[in-house]
Amino acid sequence: MSFRILGTGMFVPERIVKNDELSNYVDTNDEWIVQRVGIKERRIATHETCTDMAAEAAKAALDNAGIDASDLDLIIASTVSGDYASPSLACMVQKRIGATCMAFDVSAACSAFLFLLETAAGYFARGKAKKVLVVSSERLSRILDWSDRSTCVIFGDGAGAVVLEEGDNYIDAVFNVTGDNEVLKIPMYTGESPFNTVEPEKPVIHMMGQETFKYAVTSICNDVKALLEQNNLTLDDIKYIVPHQANKRIIDMSARRLGVPVEKFCLNIDRYGNTSSASVPIVLDELNRNGSLNRGDLLLLTAFGGGLSDAACLIKW
Amino acid sequence: MIIEKLAEIIANKLDCDVADITAETKLTDLGMDSLDIAELLMDISDEFGVEIEVSPDIQLVSDLVAKIEELKAE
Repeated sequence: MSFRILGTGMFVPERIVKNDELSNYVDTNDEWIVQRVGIKERRIATHETCTDMAAEAAKAALDNAGIDASDLDLIIASTVSGDYASPSLACMVQKRIGATCMAFDVSAACSAFLFLLETAAGYFARGKAKKVLVVSSERLSRILDWSDRSTCVIFGDGAGAVVLEEGDNYIDAVFNVTGDNEVLKIPMYTGESPFNTVEPEKPVIHMMGQETFKYAVTSICNDVKALLEQNNLTLDDIKYIVPHQANKRIIDMSARRLGVPVEKFCLNIDRYGNTSSASVPIVLDELNRNGSLNRGDLLLLTAFGGGLSDAACLIKW
Repeated sequence: MIIEKLAEIIANKLDCDVADITAETKLTDLGMDSLDIAELLMDISDEFGVEIEVSPDIQLVSDLVAKIEELKAE
């Protein structure tokens, strides 16, 4: 017993920031950003908090699933850009949607949505849950260095959610973790302890671009191949690959190395940028709502990010 | 020859004339940005079976040739 996806939802802030507007803050332009990362615009939160976005995505997913918050047995959430270190985002979503069930967060940066699905699968396998809400929300604009053009142009804000119910559609998954704080990191606020002797680091996203690129392409290709091989499948059996939306060029090179047309990968990075853990459920919601999916379609989800952590999973729609 | 194979990989990738690529050619002068160079390092890994670490010291085609020779000799 694992689960099937009963409903999906997403929420993005109203404010659209196009590439040229970013030239007000850093030395950049539309052509440079489109060529380098494949992003044309992103949504940036103004008044919307991480909790606001998570709650709206959650409500949309519940509505799409046709169930009430009171039907939920578990809420699990992820964020690297939450409103609070405590309470967790999942606790705040529980409060906002009026649920009373167990709720907690899982931390795995951009890969977190896939780690959440695996966590949910464990609850279903033990018979401990019948309906689970999974939500990933990111207000990354809050933790960007707006003077660093190599990072601030890449990221956006948004949230995605899915409602799961008992089923057998979560077929398999692979996970890899290689502890590292050089390639990608978001240091915590150091605080004001008069006893501190540790040199403070700026609490923003730090990313080594070339190393991240190599890691991302390698992990996508290895995870996709491993997952297909252990399930005796080929890419011809997969309707869509839904990747974490980090950089169009990562997808282009992964497609080339896997020997599949890039169209096999579902992309919306041009409209939303990289929304970290929210990117995969946002794509899923768009696919669900635009009629791209039929029951029985096989989807291969893949993500990578800080940790370093990467994952892929196979889901039957 | 490593240089010839490498020039072929770069020319193929950038869709340029292989004759334009010599040992002294600067990668950025070919229009390569940092992600193109990261891609090239992965292609080199496939072709030559060596893992070149990302480094600011890699500027010229000859820097790559030296790295490949060094790693292959290990």
